[in-house]
Amino acid sequence: MSVLAEVTGSIGSIGYGLAAIGPGVGIGIIFGNGVQAIARQPEAYGVIRQNMILGFALTEALALIGFVVPFVFGA
Amino acid sequence: MSVVKFSGDTSCPVTPHLNSGCGFPAPNAEIFFLEPYTTLNIFGMDFVIGKTSILAALVSLIVATFFLAAARPRKMVPGKLQSLGEQAYLFVRDQIAREVIGKDGDRFVPFLGSLFFFVWISNLMGVIPGAQFPIMSSLAFPVSLTLMVYATYMYIGMKHQGPIKFFTSAMFPPGVPKAMYVLLAPLELLQLVVTRPVTQAIRLFANMFAGHLLLTTFTLAAYYLLSPSIIGVLGSVTSFGVTVVLTGFEMFIQGLQAFIFTLLTAVYIGGSLHAEH
Repeated sequence: MSVLAEVTGSIGSIGYGLAAIGPGVGIGIIFGNGVQAIARQPEAYGVIRQNMILGFALTEALALIGFVVPFVFGA
Repeated sequence: MSVVKFSGDTSCPVTPHLNSGCGFPAPNAEIFFLEPYTTLNIFGMDFVIGKTSILAALVSLIVATFFLAAARPRKMVPGKLQSLGEQAYLFVRDQIAREVIGKDGDRFVPFLGSLFFFVWISNLMGVIPGAQFPIMSSLAFPVSLTLMVYATYMYIGMKHQGPIKFFTSAMFPPGVPKAMYVLLAPLELLQLVVTRPVTQAIRLFANMFAGHLLLTTFTLAAYYLLSPSIIGVLGSVTSFGVTVVLTGFEMFIQGLQAFIFTLLTAVYIGGSLHAEH
């Protein structure tokens, strides 16, 4: 089979860029809504912050996996 | 002494300079594989004594000594050290255990507290001059901690809910249309058994790995660009400034990651104690 298109160089960084899109949007939503919730109900700050950080941690894992995988499987 | 290698010409110095014509030595994963000091062979197994294991032992010693010293006199009117220890204990109890697990979270405070302070001080070794290697950037350490956490909440779940009920209550959450269980049950089982421990270990590891790599890059750049020219001075000073700012940011991340690791542990233990409803 002939090669029609080829990507060379640091493909891992492109992979990381792609992997960061989803978590970027997600973390923005989490903190945006979290700040809004705190503004509406400042007395619930403790619970909201707790859940905000939890959601952040779960979302951020995806971007970090995208960052580490090129090092692990990279050439 | 961590040796920064970079793939390529062996005739280049270990940390090349702009004038050497070797190109910028962008650090890669090799900086995390330090030379072991010595290797002990005990019962046919190789135990590597290196910077990482010595630092880890030092961290356990620091954390244990601090809490033992803080708790030893135990007076009604606490002294400086005792109030610091009490503050540390209360932080874990009020911010993590009671907030997440509830009243019966109190008996997990020793476990959660040990985890939090061990992880935090281990991470902090990444910016302490002289050490400057975050222990948790060696995958083995987060993995062993996670295995400990995994065994704990699996045991608690099976003990409190019964060995079968523990899995079925996770696989069949109530309030979902019956047909959805075909899709949901395998996913929830996978989440409970595989995804949870894997992501918990990877999250801590990857954060420390990325942070250390970032700091190394800018530190190397500050040296690499240093030369008596306008571009050299501006670039070097900027890189050094960025290193200082990033070190502060990294310290924040280190605390946050230790907190998140402990928080997730508490969430998983809480989920094992009480089934979702």
